[in-house]
Amino acid sequence: MSIVVAYSPDPYGRAALAHGAVQAEQRHEDVLVVNATRGDSLVDRRFADDADLARVRQGLDTLGLSASITHEVVDDVAAAVVATAERVQASLVVVGIRPRSPVGKMLLGSVAQRVILDAPCPVLAVKPDGASDEV
Amino acid sequence: MDLLLEGFATALTPENLLYAVIGVLLGTAVGVLPGIGPAMTVALLLPVTYNVSPTSGLILFAGIYYGGMYGGSTTSILLNTPGESSSVVTALEGNKMAKAGRAAQALATAAIGSFVAGTIGTILLVALAPNIADVVVKLGAPSYFAIMVLSLFTVTAVLGSSKLRGLISLALGLAIGLVGTSTGQQRLTFGSPQLADGIDVVVVAVAIFAIGEALWVAAHLRRRPLDIIPVGRPWMSRDDWGRSWKPWLRGTAYGFPFGALPAGGAEVPTFLSYITERRLTKKPEEFGKGAIEGVAGPEAANNASAAGTLVPLLAIGLPTTATAAVILVAMQNYGLQPGPQFMDAEPKLVWGLLASLFVANTLLLVLNLPLAPVWAKLLQIRRPYLYAGILFFASLGAYSVNFQAFDLGLLLCLGLLGLAMRRFGLPVLPLIIGVILGPRLEEQLTTALAISQGDLSTLWSEPVAVVVYVVMALMIVGLVVTGFRRRNKGVTDRIDDNYQEVSM
Repeated sequence: MSIVVAYSPDPYGRAALAHGAVQAEQRHEDVLVVNATRGDSLVDRRFADDADLARVRQGLDTLGLSASITHEVVDDVAAAVVATAERVQASLVVVGIRPRSPVGKMLLGSVAQRVILDAPCPVLAVKPDGASDEV
Repeated sequence: MDLLLEGFATALTPENLLYAVIGVLLGTAVGVLPGIGPAMTVALLLPVTYNVSPTSGLILFAGIYYGGMYGGSTTSILLNTPGESSSVVTALEGNKMAKAGRAAQALATAAIGSFVAGTIGTILLVALAPNIADVVVKLGAPSYFAIMVLSLFTVTAVLGSSKLRGLISLALGLAIGLVGTSTGQQRLTFGSPQLADGIDVVVVAVAIFAIGEALWVAAHLRRRPLDIIPVGRPWMSRDDWGRSWKPWLRGTAYGFPFGALPAGGAEVPTFLSYITERRLTKKPEEFGKGAIEGVAGPEAANNASAAGTLVPLLAIGLPTTATAAVILVAMQNYGLQPGPQFMDAEPKLVWGLLASLFVANTLLLVLNLPLAPVWAKLLQIRRPYLYAGILFFASLGAYSVNFQAFDLGLLLCLGLLGLAMRRFGLPVLPLIIGVILGPRLEEQLTTALAISQGDLSTLWSEPVAVVVYVVMALMIVGLVVTGFRRRNKGVTDRIDDNYQEVSM
């Protein structure tokens, strides 16, 4: 069994990663980090660069976790996370949730919300706090 | 001088100032976004010519043109993807500087260099354009014919990497320009009454620039996002100033004449400026790793050439870049005919426009230095949103020309042509210049032949015409010679690679 972490290179993604790592240690499971983009804008801040993912891998390795990372361009980020969870029969999906303004809610979809609703397994929704930024 | 002061009085009215601000903001925004350039933006905004006064409309378009030249450098430096073809060379050193943590200095030297070059260029434009107009007014139809042929020739064969592709594009443009019954007989109308009036240039420009680009992007919608280099407020140290000011001036010296020649465009002078700076630098080891001279020179050159381009546009009515071509269309929409008599016939408009160029330049410097991080944010806009808006304005623009649905069909067909041209690497500029100059070329030819009663030798009866033909012959010889021995091959290849990424 493994734990899927929906990762983005910001405090929310890092919180998800930190909590995912803690869960994986407790349950003795693998970590599968998913970082994806729709690839329809020139720059996507939630799409990690290679150096950032190398740091993520290094952090997970130091914790002694067996980790794999997917980093790809997909049609739909939420669907990609859910599909990954289904494929590996994940025991848990971890997402970081971010506050959105009323205007933001009107204009933007929520990846976290769709993962929570669609995932085939329990979902851990976490928020960033100062202490959880270790990994 | 009095005329210029009066021009400032026109340019600084609140209404015109507002249009200048909108123009430079819009121009910088589209300059930042690769694939969307000032030419497309002006084409999409052509419908405003129905409501806005000529002076305000042209101030808006000039602001977009200058702003586009500025904006392109931001993307070149931060993303290594040139926003405009004129910023291709900037990416060579600019992106290396940004990767070395000197993005702020690269942006600063680009912005200040553009301001310096734009201001000097505009002063030269103000000094030269009236004098050139006085000379040009004495020329007869044969000379005009020769100058236009030269312009078509240089745009097609000298600029761009492939002569064959340039010629194909030019032939397409001339063919589209032929449609109609302007000579009394039906040409390429296929018996359709809607084609009898010819295809409106607005429809062609919008289709090729906007629809073609939108379809092209739709065909490549999902791409791996690029890594952007974060940047704060641009600034420069004393040392950077010391290394920048000479390249700015040299870049201006390259850019303006190339812009002003009928062989215009910003690609050649930016490239020449880069080569020169690399040769003259005191720190050759920095070139290829992010030398500030390699950003300062080319950025100054491209803005100076933008100013230079307006010389033939205002004095002869000859466009040499895609944006200038579309601005010419806007002038024709207003019923204005740029050319030798233009400056005397419309002094208020022309001098207002020239004064507004100074205003636009200053606005750009003031806006660009603090706003650089905001412009970088534009790159996060999702393409579907962006291009949905472009398609909407494109359809609106094409429909508002004649209010007939037939034009929308034409728009789509020509848009598919634009897509095919991008697919097969055909340059867009020769087509659009061909559509605009083709009919005027024919007009000058028929005038010349009517005066000489059909005697062909009239075409080389004027000294200016002879000189122009000799220049063309020399250029052909030069092209053949350089074709045999290609120098600077390494750099040329890198630049050619970059050009592949950029469309107008």
